[in-house]
Amino acid sequence: MDKPNIQPVLQIRRLNFWYGAKQALFDVNLDIAANCTTALIGPSGCGKSTLLRCLNRMNDLNDAQRIEGTITMHGMDIRAPEVDVIELRKRVGMVFQKSNPFPKSIFENVAYGLRIQGAKKNHLEEKVEASLRRAALWEEVKDRLHDSALALSGGQQQRLCIARTIAVEPDVVLMDEPCSALDPTATAKIEELIQDLKRYYTIIIVTHNMQQATRCSDFTAFFYLGRLVEFDTTDNIFTNPANKQTEDYITGRFG
Amino acid sequence: MEELNNSITMQSSSGSACDTTPAVAPVPRATLADAIVRRKRRWGEWLVERGIFLVSLSAILMIFLIFVFVGREAVPVALGRTNNARSQKPIAASDIPMLLPEKLAAYLGVPVADLKGFDADTLKQLVELKAQELQEISNPDARLNTTSWAMMLLPHRWHGYDTPEYIWQPVGDIPKFNMVPLLIGSLKATLVALLLSIPLGVGAAIYVSQLARPAVREIIKPTIEMLSGIPSVVLGFFALIVLASGMQAVFGYESRLNAFVAGVALGLTVIPIIFTISEDALSSVPKSYIHAALALGASPWKAAWQVVLPAAVPGVFAACVLGFGRAIGETMVVLMASGNASIVSASIFDSCRTLTASIAAELAEVVFGGDHYRILFLLGALLFAVTFLTNLLGDVAVHRLKLKLEGRR
Repeated sequence: MDKPNIQPVLQIRRLNFWYGAKQALFDVNLDIAANCTTALIGPSGCGKSTLLRCLNRMNDLNDAQRIEGTITMHGMDIRAPEVDVIELRKRVGMVFQKSNPFPKSIFENVAYGLRIQGAKKNHLEEKVEASLRRAALWEEVKDRLHDSALALSGGQQQRLCIARTIAVEPDVVLMDEPCSALDPTATAKIEELIQDLKRYYTIIIVTHNMQQATRCSDFTAFFYLGRLVEFDTTDNIFTNPANKQTEDYITGRFG
Repeated sequence: MEELNNSITMQSSSGSACDTTPAVAPVPRATLADAIVRRKRRWGEWLVERGIFLVSLSAILMIFLIFVFVGREAVPVALGRTNNARSQKPIAASDIPMLLPEKLAAYLGVPVADLKGFDADTLKQLVELKAQELQEISNPDARLNTTSWAMMLLPHRWHGYDTPEYIWQPVGDIPKFNMVPLLIGSLKATLVALLLSIPLGVGAAIYVSQLARPAVREIIKPTIEMLSGIPSVVLGFFALIVLASGMQAVFGYESRLNAFVAGVALGLTVIPIIFTISEDALSSVPKSYIHAALALGASPWKAAWQVVLPAAVPGVFAACVLGFGRAIGETMVVLMASGNASIVSASIFDSCRTLTASIAAELAEVVFGGDHYRILFLLGALLFAVTFLTNLLGDVAVHRLKLKLEGRR
């Protein structure tokens, strides 16, 4: 496989992962390039979300999990015992499949991450505004910042979650099927946003939507049954896949 | 194709088009129509449903009846219709024939029917005795109606006292029915109980639902819930014998049994209520909130405190309201551990007497239908009203909080 020659942010080497006795990932090797969008595609249960959750160690919450191999971020092993998982998660933000704003005001949602990092009060408003602007939500909510976030529409809620994630200035933003619960208009807005955001962040997106992967990613990794089948530039994967399984999947023959 | 058309017409005209239908599938269709059209009575289900309805109705009726009963006994006092003042002018024996029997009966404090059974001599003797008794009264307080609201709530300078005081002394020459010491006693013990049980109960609920490992949770949760299974008389006994002496040794206060000891024991009965309901509320906060907070770099403790607890506040608040109701209504523990002295004091290290303990201790020994009896019922009604009002206000507050948190205000 031809690897991108851009400096990788994350390097995944020989990663194996088990939920109890069931192995979910087999010998995954993957480099994530800085300031690019990498899409993880594959049929349900192929391990792409599991891989995503390994990158900010959200899998730690699962009791019966076991993991082998190394994940390095800027050359530092994120699973080393001296690594503070809380600090790691501040660097590797995550947007979930279902939008999950806190039952607080819009302002407080974005400010939450800043507050727990001890942001000064006078910086708070600036940063909240900047994050909301960056998430293309500012114009829609600037007059009701102190209304409950739960009153927003689904697409707005998801953009709020993105604003909340990028407010703490992470290096990497993980997105776990961020549009799967949204209508096409809201999806288009988020995809546009992803294009825009990769200037500032490295984005990894899990998606079931092939068009979405082609529209907004630079690299695509195809997973099948816990194995990384093919990894290449998105152009190559969708126009000239090297592997038969990849071709079958992207042309819709299975999945 | 013709068959298909036939079956469609048959469907629309149900069973009437029997002759034109082909012999392929008419039978099941006809029975299907029959089955849907003919409404079946499911007698068993109907009976069970009615039965449950009646039982729930009877529960409501019972509560209503209890309220009516308690209220009825308390009404004469509540409306100020009772009068235990001994302020009548003495009646001379010679005046007896000129008086109406009703008036005489009231004067002597006997029923009218009994009066008719007395002969003239007995009547004369009774009237003379009464006159003598009235003349012998040296205490000016005897001329007071101590069952009036003013006497029950405001301080009074009793004969022989230097300052106005709140006194609950229902038995004696001059019965004193001031409720303030009892209200203060109830509130003191309840306050101590809540100050102890809310932090402990809610804290334990946060720990068990958010922070504890599953193995630890499996031990702590049933253990705390088991606390509610301890009979209150056993807890009271424990407080009376063990806690009281132990805490006196530690804090060095004067009276061994006091509001503090009672409150601590009361707290033990309230903790499982607050714990169980809070834990339920905290556990039902969507996991997605917790994940979002953790993914933003919150520690589990911060996620629990800043995200989960605010989201569960309505439930936690409801738990505290119920805990208050239990604490103020609990009887056996306070009866045994509070010292039962009806004194007005701000210190929690003084003995206190609660509303509930007064009712429990005194009701068995009062004159049936007397002033003391009625005032105890008034205390009961008061207790009922307090818990009812706190539950109502708690409900309204919880509802508002929910609306606010869900952004529908």
